[in-house]
Amino acid sequence: MTALTDLTIAEARAGLAAGDFTATELTEAHLAAMEARAGLNAYITPTAERALAMAKTSDARIHAGQAGTMEGIPIAMKDLFCTNGVRTTAGSTILGTFVPPYESTVSAKLWDAGAVLLGKANQDEFAMGSSNETSAFGNAVNPWTRAGDPDTTLVPGGSSGGSAAAVAGRIAMAATGTDTGGSIRQPASFCGIVGLKPTYGRCSRWGIVAFASSLDQAGPMARTVTDTAIMMGAMAGHDPQDSTSAPVAVPDFAAAVEQGVKGLKVGIPKEYRPEQGLSPEIDAIWAQGMAMLRDAGAETVDISLPHTKYALPTYYIIAPAEASSNLARYDGVRYGLRVLEEGDSLNDMYCKTRAAGFGAEVKRRILIGTYALSAGYYDAYYLKAQKVRTLIAQDFKAAFDGGVDVILTPTTPSAAFPIGAEIDDPVTMYLNDVFTVPTSLAGLPGLSVPVALTSEGLPQGLQLIGRPFDEETVLRAGRALEKAAGFTAKPRLLEG
Amino acid sequence: MDATPETSYRLRGETGDWEVVIGLEVHAQVISTAKLFSGASTTFGAAPNSQVSLVDAAMPGMLPVINRACVEQAVRTGLGLRAHINTTSVFARKNYFYADLPQGYQISQYEQPIVGEGSLVLDMPDGASRTVGIERLHLEQDAGKSLHDQHPSRSFIDLNRSGVALMEIVSKPDMRSPEEAGAYLRKLRSILRYLGTCDGNMEEGSMRADVNVSVRKVGEPGLRTRCEVKNVNSVRFVMQAIEVEAMRHIEIWESGAEVEQETRLFDPARGETRSMRSKEEAHDYRYFPDPDLLPLTFDDAFVDRIRATLPELPDDKKARFIADYGLTPYDASVLVVDRKEADFFEAVAKGRDGKAAANWVISTLFGTLNKRGVGIEDSPVSAENLGKLIDLIADDTISGRIAKEVYEIMVETGGAPDAIVEERGLKQVTDTGAIEAAIDQVMAANPDKVEQVKGGKEKLLGWFTGQVMKATQGKANPGMVNELLKKKILG
Repeated sequence: MTALTDLTIAEARAGLAAGDFTATELTEAHLAAMEARAGLNAYITPTAERALAMAKTSDARIHAGQAGTMEGIPIAMKDLFCTNGVRTTAGSTILGTFVPPYESTVSAKLWDAGAVLLGKANQDEFAMGSSNETSAFGNAVNPWTRAGDPDTTLVPGGSSGGSAAAVAGRIAMAATGTDTGGSIRQPASFCGIVGLKPTYGRCSRWGIVAFASSLDQAGPMARTVTDTAIMMGAMAGHDPQDSTSAPVAVPDFAAAVEQGVKGLKVGIPKEYRPEQGLSPEIDAIWAQGMAMLRDAGAETVDISLPHTKYALPTYYIIAPAEASSNLARYDGVRYGLRVLEEGDSLNDMYCKTRAAGFGAEVKRRILIGTYALSAGYYDAYYLKAQKVRTLIAQDFKAAFDGGVDVILTPTTPSAAFPIGAEIDDPVTMYLNDVFTVPTSLAGLPGLSVPVALTSEGLPQGLQLIGRPFDEETVLRAGRALEKAAGFTAKPRLLEG
Repeated sequence: MDATPETSYRLRGETGDWEVVIGLEVHAQVISTAKLFSGASTTFGAAPNSQVSLVDAAMPGMLPVINRACVEQAVRTGLGLRAHINTTSVFARKNYFYADLPQGYQISQYEQPIVGEGSLVLDMPDGASRTVGIERLHLEQDAGKSLHDQHPSRSFIDLNRSGVALMEIVSKPDMRSPEEAGAYLRKLRSILRYLGTCDGNMEEGSMRADVNVSVRKVGEPGLRTRCEVKNVNSVRFVMQAIEVEAMRHIEIWESGAEVEQETRLFDPARGETRSMRSKEEAHDYRYFPDPDLLPLTFDDAFVDRIRATLPELPDDKKARFIADYGLTPYDASVLVVDRKEADFFEAVAKGRDGKAAANWVISTLFGTLNKRGVGIEDSPVSAENLGKLIDLIADDTISGRIAKEVYEIMVETGGAPDAIVEERGLKQVTDTGAIEAAIDQVMAANPDKVEQVKGGKEKLLGWFTGQVMKATQGKANPGMVNELLKKKILG
């Protein structure tokens, strides 16, 4: 029999419904695995007691025939989601002891659907990073290692690195992530799992610690496209408490998954090509993906997204600008860390608290953002970036208006890299997001699906981009890739 | 419209006469049950930090949601100021650190306010009217309150006010004297109260003014450097602050130096302004559109629905009072300041002599209210009774003099004038026989004076009238007394 921790959500739901095992057993198996693989450092705050209590409630609901769509499914919750009574750190010292008295909308929806909280997942500090190395709680570890090089520890990607490591390492059946410029898709690609950044406005941001408000979106991370779709259904929905949440109906994502891609037009943007610096290996995997979709009945067409090259610099103006303002509330006055010595002024308290509470990358982005918004620079940076953002969104719109149903690109320009390899070079680190950032700026749904192993034996994902609020087509295409790729490789950590 | 009103207000300097140029930014707290972006209550005077939502305290992950009622109030105010309503406006973040500013930014409106240009008519004491331009009105959050006097080494923060909706109403630099600034504030307050969008209580801080002051030589085109005097909290202080700030500028210019643009505070106790921060120390607020909020949009129908509920505003009411009741512009402007007072006046004046009604209300009743320190709603004399009193004079039941007496009794007892007149036998004596009898008595007692009148000293007739009135305890109709006296003495 397959280990309980290896089951997909779909399989686990069937097993729970059939009485093959209980939610408590399923949770216990995961808690045991969490202890066994504590070295992944995937969790900042494990919540074993709460998990068992929630699993018990799920068993009762299953018994009573009241099971929700995620009933009894043990998941990891990124530590950016505020959880009532459970410490929520955002990966930062400044919130190191913060326990919210409220529950984020998305996590509340998941609990309503029956999901079980295994713990709060590690992440880059305030979701700023692409390797999980900016976490104040140490980096999460990628369960994958290079073939023949088991001793070199690799990053899980970021910022939702703990979530990806937990799902790939079979210490969560699925996890929530948040994606601002690629924080779901890039770690999903690095860890060989599926990750969906929904359309901006699909999930409520209420109760999620803000990084860049106009870009932040919550989304599911799981091991299959179907699991991703199931979880997406539980997370999505309009929330009147979030003015940017869209009042649109939530479709049956899971039902859309198996609809196939026959007749779909798949756009292949030339700006992501090797001529623009893409490695031949990733290009080859991309070509495999195109072939898989064509074999499944889709048509691939060349498209152009001419402003792609401006996306990264545009993102690194807008996101830090918003962050510099969003993070002003961490001032030591009302909650979180306060550093104050006898005789200190208010300004002393601000400086000392924020100096001690924020890490280097967060400080760097606050400085960049503050600069970009300052008088005399606003027009040249922030305003210009907003205009370019509009052009980037128009690129996508033109492609979709031209009849393309979905766009296929690599998720990342490379596979997972060793811990420490890029952390001292922010620009190289930022390049990790080069393929995911345009989608974020345009607010479109983007899905990463693992399709192959690189020559180093590491997973590589491809990204599918859809029209606004058309996650269904993205998931359909993702499922076609998944089927064709038959990606069954497991991290060597698990092969023992 | 008269955008640059004529004024005779001049400040005399050593080098000649100076003119003062004034613009006002008024922060008016919106009347609403909940805050601008949260559901927390806005009641004044609650226990510290008892009206604070998670949003107001800027807890992590909390998001603002616009309160529709506050938007309606802003549009309503804009309509009351005859201003352009912008059906699309944008909330922006004004970033700065302060202990009572939980988010580290204030959500305000910057480049695209909800209300654009409008105007406001000043009613000056001489009865003249002057128009002051309104530059804009925008919605913004109030900050919390820092309390520095509760503990020797700590400051306390009260966030009850944090997030309360304010309207910032910005005038054009159209005012030229402290009196005009005072008239502007009084008129604005009057309009806000009519509209029910701000209670206008400056002492509770629900209306505060930032005063922009500059001076220039009479006849000089263009404007000189201005200073902003922040957070002045009474009409009187605003007027004082303008005067002392203008004098400070004149002294600086006349000494050959330059006025520096800066933010200043007015100290009413010392009667001076002092520097708060210079231009160099000014905050860089790093305004940018708030990404947590979509642009605020509504359609013309929304505006029209609000327009349909507007009350008659002071200017229209004043014009109507002048036309319908024959009032002077000054009396009309006094009566329309407060909507309840205007209503009271109308209840008194309806079907009666408007001028008489205005006199009674302004000169007599307002005096009583002032003396007692109560508002019109607590008037000891009802409009109905005051009207009846005027009727009693009009139909000669009582004289004007007796009416004053009756009025005083009404104030004391709250009684109706007809009953008081009846009970106390104050009815005017119009019986010729009774009056003649009284005259005869007075004449008999003063034969020498009768002779003097007959000898041409007709001025003495007044003395006789007084004696007769005294003899009748004031109840005799004075006109009849005069007439009969003349007939009896002069034949």
